Amino acid sequence: MSTATLEPRVHAQRNYLNDDYGWKSWLFTRDHKRIALLYLVSITFFFMIGGSFAVLMRIHLVEPQGALVQPETYNKLFTLHGIVMIFFFLIPSIPAVLGNFLVPLMVGARDLAFPRLNLLSWYIYIVGGLFTLYSAIAGGVDTGWTFYTPYSSTYSNTQVTAVAIGVFITGFSSILTGLNFIVTIHKMRAPGLTWFRMPLFLWAMYATSIIMVLGTPVLAITIFLLALEHLFHVGIFSPALGGDPLLFQHLFWFYSHPAVYIMILPAMGVVSEIIACFARKRIFGYRIVAFSSVAIAVLGFLVWGHHMFVTGQSVYAGLIFSLLSFLVAIPSAIKVFNWTATLYKGSISYDAPMLYAMGFIGLFTMGGLTGLFLASLATDVHLNGTYFIVAHFHYIMVGGAVMGYLGGIHFWWPKISGRKYPNGWAALAAAIIFIGFNLTFFPQFVLGYLGMPRRYAFYPAEFQVLNVMSSAGATVLGVGYLIPLVYLIWSMRYGPIAESNPWGATGLEWKTSSPPPTENFAEIPVVTEEAYAYAAEEAAGD
Amino acid sequence: MTDAEAHGQLAGLAHQFEDLEQQQEADALGIWLFLVTEIMFFGGLFAAYAIYRWLYFSAFQGGSHILDIRLGAANTIVLLASSLTMALSVRSAQTGNRRATVTFLIATMILGGTFLGIKGVEYNQKFVEHVVPSLDWAPEGQSLARLAPGGLDHAQIYFFFYFAMTGLHALHMIIGMALLLWLVLRARKGDFTPHYFAPVEVVGLYWHFVDIVWIFLFPLLYLIGGRY
Amino acid sequence: MQSLPFQPEQASSIARSVDELYFFLTAVTLFFTALIFSIIFYFMIKYRRRSPDERPKAIQGSFPLEVLWTAIPTLIVAVIFVWGSTLYFRNSEAPKGAMEIFVTGKQWMWKVEHPEGQREINELHVPLGRPVKLTMTSEDVIHDFFVPAFRVKKDVLPGRYTSLWFQATKVGTFHLFCAQYCGAFHAGMIGSIVVQEPNEYESWLAGGAPGESIEQAGAKVFQASGCPTCHLADGTGLGPSLLGVYGQPVKLTTGETVTADDAYMRESLLLPKAKIVFGYSPIMPSFQGQMTEEQLNDVVAYLRVLGKAQPKPKEEGKK
Repeated sequence: MSTATLEPRVHAQRNYLNDDYGWKSWLFTRDHKRIALLYLVSITFFFMIGGSFAVLMRIHLVEPQGALVQPETYNKLFTLHGIVMIFFFLIPSIPAVLGNFLVPLMVGARDLAFPRLNLLSWYIYIVGGLFTLYSAIAGGVDTGWTFYTPYSSTYSNTQVTAVAIGVFITGFSSILTGLNFIVTIHKMRAPGLTWFRMPLFLWAMYATSIIMVLGTPVLAITIFLLALEHLFHVGIFSPALGGDPLLFQHLFWFYSHPAVYIMILPAMGVVSEIIACFARKRIFGYRIVAFSSVAIAVLGFLVWGHHMFVTGQSVYAGLIFSLLSFLVAIPSAIKVFNWTATLYKGSISYDAPMLYAMGFIGLFTMGGLTGLFLASLATDVHLNGTYFIVAHFHYIMVGGAVMGYLGGIHFWWPKISGRKYPNGWAALAAAIIFIGFNLTFFPQFVLGYLGMPRRYAFYPAEFQVLNVMSSAGATVLGVGYLIPLVYLIWSMRYGPIAESNPWGATGLEWKTSSPPPTENFAEIPVVTEEAYAYAAEEAAGD
Repeated sequence: MTDAEAHGQLAGLAHQFEDLEQQQEADALGIWLFLVTEIMFFGGLFAAYAIYRWLYFSAFQGGSHILDIRLGAANTIVLLASSLTMALSVRSAQTGNRRATVTFLIATMILGGTFLGIKGVEYNQKFVEHVVPSLDWAPEGQSLARLAPGGLDHAQIYFFFYFAMTGLHALHMIIGMALLLWLVLRARKGDFTPHYFAPVEVVGLYWHFVDIVWIFLFPLLYLIGGRY
Repeated sequence: MQSLPFQPEQASSIARSVDELYFFLTAVTLFFTALIFSIIFYFMIKYRRRSPDERPKAIQGSFPLEVLWTAIPTLIVAVIFVWGSTLYFRNSEAPKGAMEIFVTGKQWMWKVEHPEGQREINELHVPLGRPVKLTMTSEDVIHDFFVPAFRVKKDVLPGRYTSLWFQATKVGTFHLFCAQYCGAFHAGMIGSIVVQEPNEYESWLAGGAPGESIEQAGAKVFQASGCPTCHLADGTGLGPSLLGVYGQPVKLTTGETVTADDAYMRESLLLPKAKIVFGYSPIMPSFQGQMTEEQLNDVVAYLRVLGKAQPKPKEEGKK
């Protein structure tokens, strides 16, 4: 029996999955890779909860008078859909799953800077999630995920305090993850790994972490003040006692706008990695793409007022926020052009991750361009508060971030699980998701322009056709999401064993086994080449 | 080097780091980043305070008149002293002086406890004077005379900020006390050497930050009455 | 330009200009989407991998290209920014002589008061071709007054006034929506804007109108609340004279000067100690809880005209 061959048929080698057994070895782990899997399971769980709420909403909206639930229940559905999807799925998704798994591997370290803090982050996330689930079961919340005052602080009699505690707690999970990444990237890069040799995914995680660290605490204090007002009726946001409801909005959006960049920057990082690998070319304009990530993070803190153009704020404030909002679009546009240019004279294969990346570029482009309608003051007046906004952010968050996340999962699945999945099914799922997504959300742009406001539990009959189209699309989209769940789980048992570098990609994570050993590398690697050294003259040979 | 020296060098080196120097740098960057998040956290509260103070100037003045400036000043001195003892504790750890490290840590805890005690006395006074928003708001006599000109509703907002800001600060102090206790227990065991005293430094930085927050709170809450 | 099936009717003086910008934005979106989609599609096919060992040459980048595709988007967004901002600025101030109407939003209905005193619930009758300025407030939570056909929208906040204006250019009935989530029946807080020919509007007004205008109602509240007791017309009373004060600068005891606008009037009624006029004492009682929102609006409307040499309210507005 040969033991020295290239591909063992059975996993005899020691790796982080089989290194230790038992629930304690998972729940008390300090291994960033196991923590990433803990997150993977949890966020998938929350995605299904948030997704179920969406399914119920779309079924309800096929009829103008509402087909399924009472208006009060509908209001709770869209609120919890938003809260769960944003705080418990999108914001953690790529950073907590792919980031946690890959950042130490990509920098060539044995773990993150603070492994125990990493585990604590996950527990904090779970506790926050439990508070939120409690609030859903104990009657729900009906304030919208934006919690505008004075409705949420003084008028709503739903579980505002419980969900506020949940969101407050979970914010710390985000903060600690970002802190861990920043320190790791600064202090633990392998010898030879200079800043400009780092994969762009690390640049994206770095920029994201800056936002997580600087922005989330402001949300924390805002939610804290909101909870105090809800509990004690002190009046800081309530005009009846001299408070200012717009102060809440300023504080809330100061975080929540940068938060959307927490959701999209990691996906952009994933897309850079995928395109470089499946076009076998260095990302065009590497430094520009790296800087654009940081630029988006910085500029993203300056534009929050564009959520408040119709609140009666000063027209001059509106002017400034409008200008800055246009500026923040530029780095994103630059990225799209650079990714496209990377394909030029590349060697392109159509594996599932690449299909997700291409879908990302298309949908992100559309979603981003529709943002221009909203940055522009005159058109935002008409479109604010309508389904146009709903369509815009779903194009970016679902068409963009979720597709980026799925692409990343498909790209690094062999590394994470040591198994390969059937590419045919994966490609089919990607196509179904792309089509279902457009069917669901494109009609909503039209609905918004026609004037249908968002958060409506029932609506004038003239809007029905477009609503039915959207709901039909949502069915397709839902089916599309279920397919990967099936074959990825299947692959863990029955998928072909993956070699250490099944895609022929560059990057330190591919230089270790699939799955990696607990300590990541037998010896800390020394980096001598630039990132994405795919070209013939750069390749050291396979 | 001897075995003991080598052991001392490696003592406390976590597996993910190559050497103690890398670990110390990571710890330092980590705590500074954490303090930045704390600045953003308190910052939101300070921003809200600033806006309401600008809007309701006389109400905030009136409210500030009711606070006991002597107790506030005493607390300021206590906290500054505690930062001194904390810094001395870090220095002692750095020079390998185990007894001094423990002594100064305990001194810091005593001073921190004093601060919290005085705070408790102040909070109690607010209940006695019935100027606790929502829970016990019924100012009378002198308090009423001081607050009425600026509007009682807006004075409630001032006291809301008083309790929220000092309360959050006190919570951070309590957490700091727990961290100090943990350090005392570790220091007594001899965990810290001149090569490895990062936990003391890290907690020290946290403690200094909490002190600095108070340095801002004191004038903003106690001194804006302008009666000195 | 005619309405397409994918847009609401253009029924106001600004609707068409907003639509023009919207269509430009749509064209830009379609253009760049099509451009990126087609280039990617083309590259995906042209440069598909032909053999497993293919290793294309590395291309670092191209500074001129980066400049180009930074400059072009910057130029385009600059155009959109200038266009959108100019339109917004032009539409932000109501024209002089606009008809003033008070709107109060509350969970879950719209209450409207015409200057002639006519009140409506969930409906707003306006004449064709006249600028109408709405001064709005909320009795409870934040709402939003949205008329898609007019392309206007503004949040309606408790404790303060916001305003919007429009000039209807088409006769008909148009949707009024609340566009800021406000609780259980947010979706039910809808109504109609009814635009009528001027003569029809006059007869509608005359038809069900109460005997008094909004300013007359305000005068009654002013008297009944005892305001003239302190606010003597010559300024020698315990309170300052209110004759002609509306819109004028007012010096306060703190030394600063404010303008006596709607917000100032309203604040003085509800929180009289917030801003004391220079030379007077803080002794005015608050009318919080003693005046309804309508009464507050009526008094403000009365104060707007008090002391001004104006024609009688019933004739007001005739050019």
